[in-house]
Amino acid sequence: MNVLAYLIPISLILGGLGLVFFIYTVRSNQYDDPEGDARRILSDDWDDRPRP
Amino acid sequence: MSTAFRAPVSACPACSAAPAAEALAARALPDARIALSLPTIHCAACISKVERALNAHPGVKSARVNLTLKRASIDAAPEVTAEEMRALVERAGYEAHELDAGTLSATATDRAGRELLMRLAVAGFASMNVMLLSVSVWSGAEAATRDLFHWISAAITLPAIAFSGVPFFRNAWAALRHGRLNMDVPITLAILLAVVTSLWETSLSGEHAYFDAAIALTFFLLAGRYLDHRTRAIARSAAEELTALEVPRATRLRDGAEEVVGVADLAVGDMILVRPGGRMPVDGVIASGTSELDRSLLTGETLPVFAGVGQAVSAGEVNLTGPLTIRATAVGAETSLHRMADLVAIAESGRSRYTSLADRAAKLYAPGVHILSALAFLGWYLATWDLRTAINIAAAVLIITCPCALGLAVPAVTTAASGRLFRRGMLIKNETALERLAQVDTVVFDKTGTLTTGTPRLTNLDALPRDALELALALSQASAHPLAQAITKAARDAGFAAAEVSEITEVPGYGTKGVFAGQEVRLGRASWVGAEARAETATFLKIGEAAPLAFTFTDALRPGAGEAVAALTRQGKRVILMSGDTTPAVKALAARLGIGEWLAEALPADKAARVAALAQEGAHVLMVGDGLNDTAALAAAHVSISPASALDAARVASDIVLLGNDLSPIGAACETAQSATRRIHENFRIATVYNIVAVPLAVAGLCSPLIAALAMSVSSITVSLNALRLR
Repeated sequence: MNVLAYLIPISLILGGLGLVFFIYTVRSNQYDDPEGDARRILSDDWDDRPRP
Repeated sequence: MSTAFRAPVSACPACSAAPAAEALAARALPDARIALSLPTIHCAACISKVERALNAHPGVKSARVNLTLKRASIDAAPEVTAEEMRALVERAGYEAHELDAGTLSATATDRAGRELLMRLAVAGFASMNVMLLSVSVWSGAEAATRDLFHWISAAITLPAIAFSGVPFFRNAWAALRHGRLNMDVPITLAILLAVVTSLWETSLSGEHAYFDAAIALTFFLLAGRYLDHRTRAIARSAAEELTALEVPRATRLRDGAEEVVGVADLAVGDMILVRPGGRMPVDGVIASGTSELDRSLLTGETLPVFAGVGQAVSAGEVNLTGPLTIRATAVGAETSLHRMADLVAIAESGRSRYTSLADRAAKLYAPGVHILSALAFLGWYLATWDLRTAINIAAAVLIITCPCALGLAVPAVTTAASGRLFRRGMLIKNETALERLAQVDTVVFDKTGTLTTGTPRLTNLDALPRDALELALALSQASAHPLAQAITKAARDAGFAAAEVSEITEVPGYGTKGVFAGQEVRLGRASWVGAEARAETATFLKIGEAAPLAFTFTDALRPGAGEAVAALTRQGKRVILMSGDTTPAVKALAARLGIGEWLAEALPADKAARVAALAQEGAHVLMVGDGLNDTAALAAAHVSISPASALDAARVASDIVLLGNDLSPIGAACETAQSATRRIHENFRIATVYNIVAVPLAVAGLCSPLIAALAMSVSSITVSLNALRLR
């Protein structure tokens, strides 16, 4: 049963990481334009260098 | 007194001056934030084309297209105007309209939504982890392992609930402080009691802890709240966009020079130029110019009225033929347009008496649950004299009965129904509008601008001689007046060619005249050509000294008007036509659409009073209207619909806005509303069945955390699936 001592913290940390990333996406307005973001990937405007 | 007040301000001049100067500097050069509505964009190529066109302009700092909202937001140097940006996008090949950036307050609603989403995410994360730990407890973890799992669950649940449960705690506190009960009171009580008893149980190494139930409950209920919020946020942003499309600007004359200013900056005494086709921004008196005014949005009259120097005009009237200069006599909230708001406020007080289905359920449910749980506690305490068992059972009863499914029952259905109606072009602005729409048995229509488009159509083309028509066409071609344009269109469609008329001049406010074969010909108002005025909308042609010929008009029907009336009649609803227009015009339209009851020449107060009288007789009235004269009636009706072309005031007063030009969705919307309400009732019944099965178990002390979790999840899922069945 000692394996629990590792597994429970690991599962909590991994889950917590997911939560933190989700909160980051919400805070950085990544859900403002879901349709546009899905289409933007198809445009080749900034393929050779990043947008300034 | 005033010196004592002033002293601290000047005590440190530098401290207050520095930020003030900064603020001034910031205000001196504000970046222009421009928003454009782009209704036709739809693909990746559109995005990059529009963005490239906008970013190519030297004054633009950044431009970004939002495809979901079909909007472009532009950060630009202060001298850049929205008109330039609009022209750029049009040149790129897309339709663009300016949006009033002040009206778009997307950020405020967005913050509330984001906050809810964050709480939902935290609750979801915590409930998944706690459920995972609970599964091992249910499957037989014992002694120290079980205690360890309970403690870990507690460590996750407590902070998660403290953060995620805030909306419920806040609402419950607000209700309790006013001595009322709402759905949030039993929710809060159940969550808190579950957490406290579970902590107590855990500290005594007990077998049953309800951390999983408490956090899953929070999660499901937050999901319901979030759905509810999203539906309303979508409706609100679409309604805001409609308002923002009308940018309130006016042309002010100062020392002979024209300047374009915001309507909010106008003051009493300002001289304002209103061009043909423009809407009066303020109440005023005509200082120079003659023209005709279209007052249909205010009074429902379709016949344009003459406007000359010295005549009073009200905000909202449309100038038709000649440029007018008006001196403002009332601006902003003082205008007659805004004074109508008082009438609306009075009418609205009647409607606020409606209690939603959810509130009615809560009123029955909340006290019942509390009494049941208190009885269970008392019974067990008296039977066993064991406080721990009694509190455990009371908590189990509260959790089992907790309105998980009830909290989802209404939002899941309204989200599904609103989404469906939105795709058909109807915007549900009010959260209880669907329930109220389902009860409707009487429909009151306005005429001008609602059943009709407000654009005239020539009716007696066949009865007029050919040469008269050719003359009229020559004269009407030269004018932008709606009646003249109707003649032009009808005559061209019938294949007539214009006669050779020389010296054509338009006399604003009267008509158009010219010379044909040495005779003067006039096309215009009855009084100008010496004709007898008629009851229906008409214009007259006078050739030389001959008797004037009448051209008569009716309003063109709005598309779908016939279908809407037919569908409503088929559903067994009483349809009434109420208009401020003249009796013959209203009578003719009623006959054309097959409406049996009609009321003509109704003043705004008449309409509201008539709607109120219908309500008194027990009818649930749906009012469909667009003008200022309908606003009070819209607010007084049980539920109201206005088309997107309506005045802002009318759209604000109504519960549902029709986004398209078509009226036909109204009939289908009533059916959707009825089936939505049926689903809500079904959902309440499903939730009750789960309670009836589970409550005896809980009261008997047989309910384990496993049963609680199962009952909660299964009932929530059934209710959501039932909502999705909505067609």
